[in-house]
Amino acid sequence: MTILDNSPPGDTDASSIDEPVGKAGDKIFFGLSFGAAALILVTLAAVAIFLFLEGLPIFTSDTAELDGDGSFVSYVGPLVFGTIYISVIALVLATPVAIAVALYVSHYAPRKLAQSLGSFIDLLAAIPSVVYGLWGITVLAPVMARSVFPWLRENLGFIPLFGSDVPIAQSGRSTLTVGVVLAVMILPIITAISREVFIQTPRLHEEASIALGATRWEMIRQAVIPYGRSGVISGAMLGLGRALGETMAVAIILSPAKGYFWDVLTAQNSNSIAANIALQFPESSGLEVNRLIATGLVLFVITFGVNAIARRIANAGFSGADG
Amino acid sequence: MSLTDIPPRPLESDERSNSDDAITSGSLAGAPMLGIFAGAVVIGALSWLPFGGVNWARWVIVTLLAYVIGTLIISRVVESPRQATDRFATAVMSSAFLLVMLPLVSVVWTVVERGANRFDWTFYSETMRGVIGEGGGGYHAIVGTLIVTSLTALFAIPFGLFTAIYLVEYANGSRFSKAVTALVDVMTGIPSIVAGLFAYALFVLIDGPGHRSGLAGAVALTLLMTPVVVRTSEEMLRLVPNELREASFALGVPRWRTITKVVLPTAIAGILTGIVLAVARVIGETAPLLVTVGITANLNKNPLSGRMATLPVFSYNSYKFPTLPPEASIDRAWTAALTLVLIVMVLFVTARILSSILKPKGLR
Repeated sequence: MTILDNSPPGDTDASSIDEPVGKAGDKIFFGLSFGAAALILVTLAAVAIFLFLEGLPIFTSDTAELDGDGSFVSYVGPLVFGTIYISVIALVLATPVAIAVALYVSHYAPRKLAQSLGSFIDLLAAIPSVVYGLWGITVLAPVMARSVFPWLRENLGFIPLFGSDVPIAQSGRSTLTVGVVLAVMILPIITAISREVFIQTPRLHEEASIALGATRWEMIRQAVIPYGRSGVISGAMLGLGRALGETMAVAIILSPAKGYFWDVLTAQNSNSIAANIALQFPESSGLEVNRLIATGLVLFVITFGVNAIARRIANAGFSGADG
Repeated sequence: MSLTDIPPRPLESDERSNSDDAITSGSLAGAPMLGIFAGAVVIGALSWLPFGGVNWARWVIVTLLAYVIGTLIISRVVESPRQATDRFATAVMSSAFLLVMLPLVSVVWTVVERGANRFDWTFYSETMRGVIGEGGGGYHAIVGTLIVTSLTALFAIPFGLFTAIYLVEYANGSRFSKAVTALVDVMTGIPSIVAGLFAYALFVLIDGPGHRSGLAGAVALTLLMTPVVVRTSEEMLRLVPNELREASFALGVPRWRTITKVVLPTAIAGILTGIVLAVARVIGETAPLLVTVGITANLNKNPLSGRMATLPVFSYNSYKFPTLPPEASIDRAWTAALTLVLIVMVLFVTARILSSILKPKGLR
């Protein structure tokens, strides 16, 4: 920066020195990169417009041919509930573990190991969701149905989450199993972002705390966690955004029913929007397709809102910490 | 660092008077902690004995619980309360890490074990055309995945890279560039199924309802891959020191030559790594392909028209709608999943190797 500022004025504008070659090339290159950036705007506008156009018929045409009472709100309501319910369960399960893992990698693991441990966690994020789905229904669901569900129903049955008249799902294909699988899937995101902010904790804060005689845990509580709080929250929100849009694991594992269901142990579960689309789309035609696209638009709006909140928290936190 | 320059001052009298201190109380450092952990392992092993066979998951979970609780109690008795809290926290953190390893190991183990059933040459050389019951393979799905993913890369890499170049080299913090950055963030958050629906809606307007093609799938995946490419490339381009650009400008090199000859070569290791990881991310996407590309039993090499099999959708479909006998279909689903995981692992390792080979010397 300073070098540039001190140099003669002509130097900053390199293209003026060799006009014949530089100008044309520069123009083309600028055009390409500006065009690409503009295309981002166009693409996102297109996403909103096309989803809106293809979803619109559900409100304008005759819905008598559709199942149910034909009202879109009564169709999408349980799906919105299911989407948010499953994602919140995943978030509640994943966040504490993710924070602990992030702290372990950033402040406990040996320095030399930290890097490889980090990429080990990233590997969890790289496993395709269809594989998680197959694993969830084949390995996890039977285990949950055998050892976890009966215990929860017996000991915590007084909580509406675990107790109702409906018997527990023998197959294990219930909201709780899906929540656990989604928790595993979003954990790497929350861990990665938390780890990043934990590592950025100013060294002087940490040393000051240690110098006052704090143990490692006290140092983390005094210096690291206050510094990283906004980062952790925004990481959790991004994880929530991912869980909301997760399709295949839910579509494979969950045994869905129509309606609102609080009990997480039964075979009657509210489906999520994304899984519902994946299950219904291949066999849909006509207005049914439009209805599914409209639910997709609803999902888009929900995730957009969650991600926007996450960004706002992250930006507010970081600028405050930098100052 | 300057702390080390100050000579340590002996503080015996103060420390001895403080009862809540590690010096006066006993210490668990080293061997005793290992002993606690070994004890926890034994307790964990005892937990599955009443049930007969070995249960790995129960073993690990009970061990970790016993370790965390045992550490807290023993340290509280032998050492001070503050030490106990500290040891407890350490035990919780490391247990959380081991707990997370559990699903990872279980997933990989399950995929390898079940995928091995059909991990044979037939699977990699035959399609599902006319196959009922046993036999058949995923050749058509592998070809489909390669075609769709290559098309995606073809669209998303230039798109993402040029956007990143604009943001770093040309934007100068203009309002337009801020809008683009914000929208890239929005794009990162688009649920994959919504990307699929968008591509479907787009091609329906061009081609009519019920459209299915590899190209539509590639458009959907491009929407998911581009923001990842933009993000990583942008980050890498920003790491290139400004002095390099200034040196080039000072020699009269035009801006675009500076970018192609100085900036990009410097950042290439990080950019390529990011691209490979982005490919690894989209290659396993199932939902968008389910609604745009569909599934077929035949080999279709033309991405412009007709349904096309892809590995993730093939795996999902074989599991969800098995033909008789169901075991044959389910085995194929697992082998397709195994193939997918292998591809992702190869891409991961490639990214690692690329970044270490291409890393410019002197830069860290």
